[in-house]
Amino acid sequence: MATYSTNEFKGGLKVMLDGDPCSILENEFVKPGKGQAFSRVKLRNLITGRVWDRTFKSGESLEGADVLELDMEYLYSDGDMWHFMRTDGSFEQYAVDKKAIGDVEKWLKEQVVYTVTLWNDNAIAVSPPNFIELEVVETDPGLKGDTAQGGSKPATLSSGAVVRVPLFINEGEVLKVDTRNGEYVSRA
Amino acid sequence: MSDDWRPTAGIETLRERARLLARVRAFFAERDVLEVETPVLGHGGSTDPHLASLSLEATTPAGRERLWLQTSPEFHMKRLLAAGSGPVFQLARSFRDGEVGRRHNLEFTMLEWYRPGFTLSALIDETQALIRHVLGRDPGPCRQRRYRELFRTQVGLDPFTASLTTLCQAAERETGMDLHDAERDACLDALMAFAIEPHLGQEGLEVVVDYPASQAALARKHRDPEDGEVVAARFEVYWQGVELANGYDELTDAEEQAARFVEDNRERQRLGRGEVDADVRLLAALEAGMPAGSGVALGMDRLIQLALGKTSVAEVMAFATPRC
Repeated sequence: MATYSTNEFKGGLKVMLDGDPCSILENEFVKPGKGQAFSRVKLRNLITGRVWDRTFKSGESLEGADVLELDMEYLYSDGDMWHFMRTDGSFEQYAVDKKAIGDVEKWLKEQVVYTVTLWNDNAIAVSPPNFIELEVVETDPGLKGDTAQGGSKPATLSSGAVVRVPLFINEGEVLKVDTRNGEYVSRA
Repeated sequence: MSDDWRPTAGIETLRERARLLARVRAFFAERDVLEVETPVLGHGGSTDPHLASLSLEATTPAGRERLWLQTSPEFHMKRLLAAGSGPVFQLARSFRDGEVGRRHNLEFTMLEWYRPGFTLSALIDETQALIRHVLGRDPGPCRQRRYRELFRTQVGLDPFTASLTTLCQAAERETGMDLHDAERDACLDALMAFAIEPHLGQEGLEVVVDYPASQAALARKHRDPEDGEVVAARFEVYWQGVELANGYDELTDAEEQAARFVEDNRERQRLGRGEVDADVRLLAALEAGMPAGSGVALGMDRLIQLALGKTSVAEVMAFATPRC
């Protein structure tokens, strides 16, 4: 894998840091009046999702990380692993473990396309589309006459996620939900 | 269609910029300081180990030659001083490879001026007056801080006498960097950049003086009468955590200047940065005699940025890197 020097650091570049693959979010050039220059870098650890702030001397370098982000359709879970398939026509399948699925488990729906992050050809993270349509499987009965305003109640969706919905929503309805903040958007 | 043909500054901002540049010219006209224009390309480049000079090949009557883009107009302006120009100023396009960020741009406008016969403190006063004049308002009280005292109060160590281990540990603590094999100046630079600078100039202008001799650049060195340390006769002006200006009691000794060029290039080689041709005509000018005095370089784009309340220099430049 190639190595990258601080002046090549830019948003989206994947590098290895402390043994983990990371994605660079920001790189700020810092230099005192006279003298040595530094780079203050924000990186996202692709394994843990945590954001790191690191400082480097200008000209220092990091090894590139063999990271790919691919579109894959969710197929099924066998209880231990979650199985996805590439959408490029290759039908290549990848099994994703619990650690890599993380919180995304509650947004999984068959035939929906997710972004799967591969490191050295192993899946390390999955991100859902920003919006997803899911059916309500459990909620208190809807209140007649109640419209968009006033009050909300919890509803359990077919994927397992629980979101706050308006009082007029009933079981069996399909909703559009924003996966980034877990909020109800509209009826689908 | 991509939008990246557009300027990085608004047209209204460019009008404001022009107005502030006019104020600079008015300030110096009032004080009888001559505006000059000198070449951006020269046979000599900046040997400063921490500056990356750009160079190019050009065809001149002497044939194919390597010419260097200036990192500041210093050398040519000093040659004017030696030729008897008297006080001079210049708004000069300057180039520093790799320097791009919120406060940096590959090419930028340096306001540089030289005052034969001025002491460093007289030039500090004039720099403050210039900043006030350009802003058209009072940036707050001006405070002078000694480099040594600043480190003592802000990071709790003496930059001149602390052991290298103490410096490394303090710098590692502040930055999280691995600095176990770093040298004194690298540790001091890291502490300055991350632990001290962001706090400077929050209530008004802050002027840092009496730098370590190892950071003298092109300033004279002298023994501090108070504590006996050899310090560089240099100052830097900060406002709102931003370094605005860097001034020297100018080195006029040709022999010492030549020695610093050699030393710089040796350091460049050690750092694997490639040698830069030293300006032999500057040495000849110093040999002929440059009047003693002080000079200062001020980052014009930064001053304009702060004056207009913008968050990056790109917002006050027509086409900032990489949109050039």
